Amino acid sequence: MSAGHPVELDSLFGDYLLDQAFDEMREASGELRPQYRALAETLAGLPAPELQRRKQSADLAFLNQGITFTVYGREEGTERIFPYDLIPRLITAAEWDRIERGLTQRITALNLFLRDVYSDGKILNDHVIPRELVYSCKHYRRQMRGLQVPRNVYIAVVGSDLLRLSNGEFVVLEDNLRVPSGVSYMLTNRRVMKRTFPEMFHSYGVRPIEHYPQLLLATLRSLAPEGRPEPNIVLLTPGVFNSAYFEHTYLARQMGIDLVEGRDLVTHDNIVYMRTTDGLKRVDVIYRRVDDDFSDPLIFRGDSALGCTGLFNAYRAGNVTVSNAFGTGLADDKAVYAYVPQMIRYYLNEDTILPNVETFLLGDELQRKHVIANLEKLVVKAVGESGGYGMLIGPQSTAQQREEFALQIEANPRNYIAQPTLSFSRAPCLIGDRLEPRHVDLRPYILFGDKVNIVPGGLTRVALEKGSLVVNSSQGGGSKDTWVLEQ
Amino acid sequence: MLSRVADSLYWMSRYLERAENTVRQLDVTMSLMLDAGGADEETRWNHMLAALGKHSKMDWNGNLEEMAHKLIFDNLSPASVTYCITGARENARQVREEISSEQWQRLNRLYHQMHSPHAQAQFNSSISDVLASVVDGIHLFQGVGASTMIHGQGWQFIRLGRYLERAYATATLLEVNQSEIFHSHLREDSGYPYLELVGLLRCCTAFEAYCQVYTADLTPARILEFLLLNRDFPHAIRYSVDCVRYAIESIQRSGGRRPPVELSSGIGRLHAMLGYTSVQEILSGDPAEFLHTIREQCLRIHELIYSYYVQYSIQSALAV
Repeated sequence: MSAGHPVELDSLFGDYLLDQAFDEMREASGELRPQYRALAETLAGLPAPELQRRKQSADLAFLNQGITFTVYGREEGTERIFPYDLIPRLITAAEWDRIERGLTQRITALNLFLRDVYSDGKILNDHVIPRELVYSCKHYRRQMRGLQVPRNVYIAVVGSDLLRLSNGEFVVLEDNLRVPSGVSYMLTNRRVMKRTFPEMFHSYGVRPIEHYPQLLLATLRSLAPEGRPEPNIVLLTPGVFNSAYFEHTYLARQMGIDLVEGRDLVTHDNIVYMRTTDGLKRVDVIYRRVDDDFSDPLIFRGDSALGCTGLFNAYRAGNVTVSNAFGTGLADDKAVYAYVPQMIRYYLNEDTILPNVETFLLGDELQRKHVIANLEKLVVKAVGESGGYGMLIGPQSTAQQREEFALQIEANPRNYIAQPTLSFSRAPCLIGDRLEPRHVDLRPYILFGDKVNIVPGGLTRVALEKGSLVVNSSQGGGSKDTWVLEQ
Repeated sequence: MLSRVADSLYWMSRYLERAENTVRQLDVTMSLMLDAGGADEETRWNHMLAALGKHSKMDWNGNLEEMAHKLIFDNLSPASVTYCITGARENARQVREEISSEQWQRLNRLYHQMHSPHAQAQFNSSISDVLASVVDGIHLFQGVGASTMIHGQGWQFIRLGRYLERAYATATLLEVNQSEIFHSHLREDSGYPYLELVGLLRCCTAFEAYCQVYTADLTPARILEFLLLNRDFPHAIRYSVDCVRYAIESIQRSGGRRPPVELSSGIGRLHAMLGYTSVQEILSGDPAEFLHTIREQCLRIHELIYSYYVQYSIQSALAV
């Protein structure tokens, strides 16, 4: 191993892989990055059994608090704890400052875009974004046309996925503008970390994130309909079988608001009520964790039992605020994504601070030809999907899979985009009693009410399997605590 | 409070009370089987099942250990302890935001404990240890609830569930036992085996409390008086009914809705029945009928609570 750090670190690192991918903890030379030195020393100073003991006690804390997600289709043991790595990911103040400015700019532009598309459509008339791209998006909701949204805020709660490339720069991989999840893991990770490694919090100045629920509540309150000074705010969940149910209960409890299901709500004369033991009570703001499609059988999918009949009409009448608004998925469509830098230029007249990943639009014939010829080097994704579904990872695919995908693309080009296979950063994880690097992304959580508010940090998702690039919890991903430092 | 939430809290509580009751009766029945001279194992088993509400699929197969295992662990049978604890947890999981984190953790731990291999190992070495740890878990849950949860409407629904279940279960227990115990008394045969009477009291954790009130002189009439009419003992039916009444009053106070006459008069009638009847009057009448009436009343109160707080029609609510 290289010179410069004490001998006991070597046993912690073992044969730690360093290559062209950016390593969060170590420079290419093997040298520790300055911000990680204190962390490495603390870890090296702990006897191996002590580290394992702390890991077990953290696991137990997750299990006992019921911080689990549901694995479908098995009778026993259907709940697993969300895989969790003990080594925090550090972000310096300078890095964070750029992320914060970049996201603020981006979310502001995306919100203006939604407002524009659902009203005058100037950006379409000016041919900055092709009209057919917008109208062919499966998350475009024509019912939203001409509808006045409270404070013109369409996307109050956002989680954007960032990657760090080999040059150390953060880029935006995608925006989640519908019902982003995972913030409860960010909050519980921090709580467990404080219990597990109190001494490290002493040596680092870590910026707090614990006020997120309060900020969320303030954001929702700021969007209440006019004339409702003491709004009744609720969180609408699909119910106990949803994989994010833990998060819904967690946020409702932390905010002190009622957690409602569709069957708790009724509408009458375009007013939404909830059924309580004291009779019907009016609802003013709904923090919606149910997809558009399932929200109101009268307007969207008629076979859904999860939503509330008449909700959309009450919303259109201005008697209830629903956040996020309906139809926001339009702006996180992976093809529309490619135009975000143009939106920032068009609405804000600014340069993009956080760049996009290079994206090929397969609706365009030239780009499509290029992509189909180079499938083995590219990642192809369906535009309206999330959670790592509906994608082809070129370098890891077989010739037959590529052939099938090429056919799908030709059949419906608008439905796909392609991006280069990214070499994104790795962070050290505790695997057995050694540190090993694993690929990570970063999902900061952005709130947008009176203004844009981002708690410093977010959820760092980890592809826990060696060599894997997929960080989604539905596909073997885990998470770790993210520390934004004062310095 | 959301109707659905009230419903879940109520059932969470009922299920736990039911689990505790099942555990205690199993424990007493198994310990009575150890003593010579009483009824045979099958009779005792069937007797206990009747007191638990005549569950199917728990038919005696001649092997006590297997039967006990089934009654504790068989997740598919609504009679089993694990089924009740799972039911309680499922209800709690749907109202995680209403109960305190400490409460949830206690209940969650109890659930994982029942599903762990450790519980099986414990069962193999000592069945009564398993039973004792279940009771401990439930008591801890209740204690933590009492000290960490807001004692508002949700709390009252929890108490409502617990005491309604308890009143009903104790009435069932007494009804099943009354023919043997009280008819033997009427024959002026005071030699009804001591252990059987202790067992009956222990089914309600009432032995020590009984001794404090009446000394260890066990007579069927006093036992009936104690379990049915005592005002201060938490497992007595009268105490439970008073708690149900108090819980309903508190819910109505906090909600500000006018109580439906049927509900308040139903609970008032039950309260009066237990408060203004002496044990002599009951014994000179038809004790079985008396106990049966209590059970019917409990069922009726349950239905009224449902139709008033949980499943009311929208039209009636809008009309108010």
